[in-house]
Amino acid sequence: MFVTSAFAQESAPSADTSHAATEGETHSGTSVPAEAHGTFPPFDPATFPSQLLWLAITFGLFYLFLKRVVMPRVGGIIDVRNDRITQDLDQAAKLKGEADAAVAAYEQELAEAKTKANAIGQQANDAAKAEADTARKKVEAALDAKLGEAEARISSIKANAMKEVGSIAEDTASAIVEALAGGKASKAEIAAAVKSVAR
Amino acid sequence: MAADKVDPIHQFHINKLIPIDIGGYDLSFTNSALFMVATVIVAAGFLFLTTSSRSLVPGRLQSVSEMAYEFVGNMLRDAAGTQGMKFFPLVFSLFMFVLVANLLGLFPYFFTVTSHIIVTFGLAVLVIATVVVYGFMKHGFGFLKLFVPHGVPVFLLPLVVLIEVISFVSRPVSLSVRLFANMLAGHITLKVFSGFVVSLSALGAVGVAGSILPLAMAVALTALELLVAFLQAYVFAVLTCMYLNDALHPGH
Repeated sequence: MFVTSAFAQESAPSADTSHAATEGETHSGTSVPAEAHGTFPPFDPATFPSQLLWLAITFGLFYLFLKRVVMPRVGGIIDVRNDRITQDLDQAAKLKGEADAAVAAYEQELAEAKTKANAIGQQANDAAKAEADTARKKVEAALDAKLGEAEARISSIKANAMKEVGSIAEDTASAIVEALAGGKASKAEIAAAVKSVAR
Repeated sequence: MAADKVDPIHQFHINKLIPIDIGGYDLSFTNSALFMVATVIVAAGFLFLTTSSRSLVPGRLQSVSEMAYEFVGNMLRDAAGTQGMKFFPLVFSLFMFVLVANLLGLFPYFFTVTSHIIVTFGLAVLVIATVVVYGFMKHGFGFLKLFVPHGVPVFLLPLVVLIEVISFVSRPVSLSVRLFANMLAGHITLKVFSGFVVSLSALGAVGVAGSILPLAMAVALTALELLVAFLQAYVFAVLTCMYLNDALHPGH
């Protein structure tokens, strides 16, 4: 609707200015009511040069300002932040590596200490066992020696006792013979008789 | 006077603030120019001031600036690859300019720069001119491969090339008309519904009750326009990225 009417009246833009004076009173609020009701404003070619000029000036300055000042600054801020984040992450990874290494070293030390402790314990155990063995052996040997001595003494006592059995038997036999027969038997006979019995 | 208040076209009028006439051309400083200046000052000032502390841990406003920067940067990198990053300042300026111009236009009594087709067309021509100039600078006549897709049968080639040329030529038109029409239609609709509220309220108690519906519509439309303001800036920037990709890699 508006578009077609606008184009229809484009052919006579100069007519608008002559109407301006008469239409001025209907637009008390606006200072310059030149093309007030003539054409649809966005399609009024009379405003094109001014709008293009000011668009070029304002947008050109805007472009230059953004390109020279704002974008390096914002880009810089973001780059610095990204660098900082990467750096912090790197450092965190490094610290984590260090912590891991420390844990590994600690665990290794712990394991070493454990094996060492085991070895010491084992050694002490072995030593104690060996000492006990030697002590036991010594005691055993002493006991064996005492036992042998005792046995030797027993056998010598026994042999002595056995030796004395003959003379006792002869004495007893001569006493028995004397009491029974009233006569005396010679010592040699009695001894021969005891010997034959003892066999 | 009452009819003039609800005239939905009134908001698009250009008023001369400082008349300038050079060589027969009317180059006056108008309300449109004033809002272009305001757009640039608001956008540049926001980006400049929010990042002035250069905090390693950004505050809320610095985050907004950084998000806009990275948003456009990722958009361009996705569409045109790392080679396209040389156009980052252009795409970022376009995005910020269109976005802030759209958002400023949402304030009542403010002029919407992007609701004038000559402004959006100027920006679109800037994009296409960049594509064409850079395309020929980088690839010479190889840039014309843009119009000759691979794997098309020879007998279809003239037709396809014709279609490709037409689609290329219509790019500045579609780019500018899309933004312009969205802003224009949105602002007209807003004004019409707001106008209903005013004219109905003038009719007395029944009218005031009846004006609740258009008022609710105006509120909802404002929210929608906020979305459109951002969306159109995004679409403008995305299409710019895709056209720049053609300049960088014309062989499809």
